Amino acid sequence: MRDPALSSGAGRVLVAGYAVFAVAATGRSVLQLATEPGRAPLAYSLSLLAAVLYVLATTCLVVGGARAWRVAVVACSVEAAGVVAVGALSLVATDLFPDRTVWSHFGQGYGFLPLVLPFVGLWWLRRTRPGAHPGR
Amino acid sequence: MNPFVLGAVVVLGLAVAVLAVVLVVRDVAVRHSDLLFGLIALLELALLVQLVSGSVALAGTERDVEGVTFVAYLVTNLLALPIGAFWALADKTRVGGAVVLVTVLTVLALQLRLVSIWAGA
Repeated sequence: MRDPALSSGAGRVLVAGYAVFAVAATGRSVLQLATEPGRAPLAYSLSLLAAVLYVLATTCLVVGGARAWRVAVVACSVEAAGVVAVGALSLVATDLFPDRTVWSHFGQGYGFLPLVLPFVGLWWLRRTRPGAHPGR
Repeated sequence: MNPFVLGAVVVLGLAVAVLAVVLVVRDVAVRHSDLLFGLIALLELALLVQLVSGSVALAGTERDVEGVTFVAYLVTNLLALPIGAFWALADKTRVGGAVVLVTVLTVLALQLRLVSIWAGA
């Protein structure tokens, strides 16, 4: 069954936020990989991974339903781990990151929103857990 | 980049942002605000002018500007607003105002990036 709850209320704002980052990260990684793929392979791969996760999360929130909900939880969790790990690594091991990714310095270049977004996402998914609303 | 077009985009963007906040606070759905959509239409027009004038300026400049990135930002700018507006319009609660706010803040953030890309940073 299609569950509209995932993209209604706060979910609607979340979809807008995720869509922005889906476009931003996809654009960034495509441009980086298309122009200078050899310059910072690790950073660019991570940009691409971020882009895929943002697109995945946006899609799942829009589609709705139990399966999309589960995929969204995985996407947001990986994203949360990614932004924390890459954020820390980019500060400690600067030589690994000759160029920036969306997640560098905990998303500082994007107003730290990449750090906030997955946790807001997980909070929203917790609230919309399938079965949490009896009768739906 | 034309400073007047940039100024118009920023002023209209801020006006849309303020009105969106007012609608959220007053618990009004965006579909009930003709003023909001009037401002959004004007902003979109300014963004269209910016795409054209920006592209012309890019073609005419001797400086080293990242052309692909610059045009990509100009196009994204133009597309973001109508998509966000429709996504907001579908909502019957105050949430639509928040969606418009997210969208217009995105446009303003893109403006900052456009300025720095144009400056060659």
